[in-house]
Amino acid sequence: MTKKIQILGTGCMKCNRLQENAEAAAKALGIDYEVEKVSDIDKIMSFGVMSTPALAVDGKVVSAGKLLTADEIKEFLK
Amino acid sequence: MSAKDDCQCSKAPTLIFSCSGASDVGAVADQAARKLTREGVGNMFCLAGIGGGISGMIESTKAAAGILAIDSCPIDCARKTLEKAEISAFEHLRLSDLGMNKGSTPVGDDPISQVVEEGRRKLNGGAAGGGSCCS
Repeated sequence: MTKKIQILGTGCMKCNRLQENAEAAAKALGIDYEVEKVSDIDKIMSFGVMSTPALAVDGKVVSAGKLLTADEIKEFLK
Repeated sequence: MSAKDDCQCSKAPTLIFSCSGASDVGAVADQAARKLTREGVGNMFCLAGIGGGISGMIESTKAAAGILAIDSCPIDCARKTLEKAEISAFEHLRLSDLGMNKGSTPVGDDPISQVVEEGRRKLNGGAAGGGSCCS
């Protein structure tokens, strides 16, 4: 089943790094995935997120306000 | 949108939760949390969202720069709601510890101001939590 990875943020460098790390984690695990970048503030708020960047996996926010490493993200993708 | 070198991420806020219970002291707790927000001490955040398991709200709370939980009585619903969501690093203010008891605390400026001052004191003296992504 394809994992849906969403990067919630306004498009700054750390948001982009979070996306890179998430994709690296997914590739390392060899899973099917799709990435969506969510930069619309209203959509970000609809997740209840107050601190960005945030990471959601299959619709559930697993981290907010942090730049996770690929290793940390792997734990959420298993 | 191109990448920006300067971080545009939102700063980690200080979050304030109130039990906002149905009693007179619950109303005092609620109004104090709103006043603390108006005065710029922090942002009142929805305790119901934490209880409802809204993942974005829970994770944002874990990343907060500081957290204040205001409970009106010793049942401690706000504290227990946060702890149930595995949020443990917060300052706790209980109105009954200030001599405000259920059924005998008319909602008014004096008790609200007293709670605001105590909340401000606790947040100023408390340990910082998460921090900004840009820090």
